[in-house]
Amino acid sequence: MKRNSIAIVGAAETTDLGRIPNMSQVQLHADAALNAIEDAGLKISDIDGVATAGHNAVEIAHYLGIIPSWLDGTSVGGCSFMLHVNHAAAAIHAGLCKTVLITHGESGKSQQGRFGRPIFPSLFQQQFERPFGATIPPTMFPIPVLRYMKDYNLKEDQLAMVSVVQREWAGRNPRSTFKDPITTADVLNSKMICYPFRLLMCCLVTDGGGALILTKAERAKDHPQKPVYIRGFGESGETPLISQMDDFTSSAAFRTSGKNAFKAAGINHNDVDHLMIYDAFAHLPIYGLEDLGFVKPGEAGNFIADGNTRPGGSLPVNTNGGGLSYMHSGMYGMYALQEGVRQMRGIAPAQINGANISVVHGVGGMFGAAGTVVMSNNDQD
Amino acid sequence: MTDQRELPIPTPETKHFWEGTKVGELRLQRCQECSKHYFPPRHFCPGCGSKKTVVFKASGYATLYSYVISHIPAPGIKPPYAIAVAKLEEGPKMMCNILNCDQTPEALVLDMPLKVIFQKVSDEITLPQFEPK
Ligand SMILES: [Zn+2]
Repeated sequence: MKRNSIAIVGAAETTDLGRIPNMSQVQLHADAALNAIEDAGLKISDIDGVATAGHNAVEIAHYLGIIPSWLDGTSVGGCSFMLHVNHAAAAIHAGLCKTVLITHGESGKSQQGRFGRPIFPSLFQQQFERPFGATIPPTMFPIPVLRYMKDYNLKEDQLAMVSVVQREWAGRNPRSTFKDPITTADVLNSKMICYPFRLLMCCLVTDGGGALILTKAERAKDHPQKPVYIRGFGESGETPLISQMDDFTSSAAFRTSGKNAFKAAGINHNDVDHLMIYDAFAHLPIYGLEDLGFVKPGEAGNFIADGNTRPGGSLPVNTNGGGLSYMHSGMYGMYALQEGVRQMRGIAPAQINGANISVVHGVGGMFGAAGTVVMSNNDQD
Repeated sequence: MTDQRELPIPTPETKHFWEGTKVGELRLQRCQECSKHYFPPRHFCPGCGSKKTVVFKASGYATLYSYVISHIPAPGIKPPYAIAVAKLEEGPKMMCNILNCDQTPEALVLDMPLKVIFQKVSDEITLPQFEPK
């Protein structure tokens, strides 16, 4: 597929974020969708492709009054929306549809109209993990980390620095849930959830949604917003069982997704001006930086602690404040994509001056799946 | 919180495993084509796809590969408790709790030797668990 031939021409989050008790989950999808359609200067009737996760795509289409010619219900966890971007780009390229709407909505906090889990249950997980108390993300996602800490001599205060740095970014974002600065001592003294993870190393639980609209780049001039080009993408998956992850210090899904995205985009790491790494827990940016190849295995803890990813650093990461401080409805991937779009449009609250290329990397499940989208603010190859 | 932990629901492919734990055997599978030892159970080798596999009794020896200590209330398990991954002598990894051991970072030392122990949790189900060797 030709680089930059598909563009994001509409992007928006729900009008409110955080606690939205007056909206059910399907309405959060619709609120975000209507905002994105308006952002793109379109009408609902212009949409002929619909993708979503954690909710039946048919219900989203029906709720909005769309009879789509293309649907994608890929639901592999929080990175599903990265995969939707990839699939939508391929579908538009193949002529299956012209204008795709990708929606996310999740009543994570208020639990309004939210039934079931956004990810399919695993037969093996039921038999070989849940009986041991591994039933919710904090009891599963951090399990590999002690192995990483021993093998690479990562210290608890370095892990805590991930949360500290992201709070610095959150402080620049008026829509962040938490904005007050924190120290590594604050993080390490916060409530123990699942050793070695304290409360401030775990993501928020909030309500919200987001939506994107993609179409052919050659049509982008018909839309009011500055187009954001899809330069390349990748995706992968490893296992729904954290205990069966092949290497506890590195994600095979991350490595495969990242490698393919960089190759498709024809970029190297020096070309990346802005990076989003889905941070459900504090170790995710560490694994992400290494598995995407920005630093060598074992180096990310120091890289972050040395300030490279903080405001003013050489590689700005999670500039919205991330799942740790901005918002996390359950499937955070959509919000990482939204921040990538804002940075490429030049309108982010913590805008990186001169940023031309953004890499947005998501995780699904507990290192189960991955999706990587390379965005650009121009269509030069 | 209920007082019972979530119990496995055996399937045709995993029945031999859960029958094994009831009689004090930790059963793995081995591929006769490529010699891979594998877990969780299935009727073919995930390494090479061969259907020529055999069930065998594992030694029960393992090392502590990684863990968390959960402070979150859970059905049938009193926090704080370790959710651990044992690396079996034969190669595969297996989730477990660590019994007969303080649930503290000081007592739970990575790479320490473990031995399987069987915990009967219902008439139908006995869980494979591990304790310090
Ligand atoms: Zn084999």
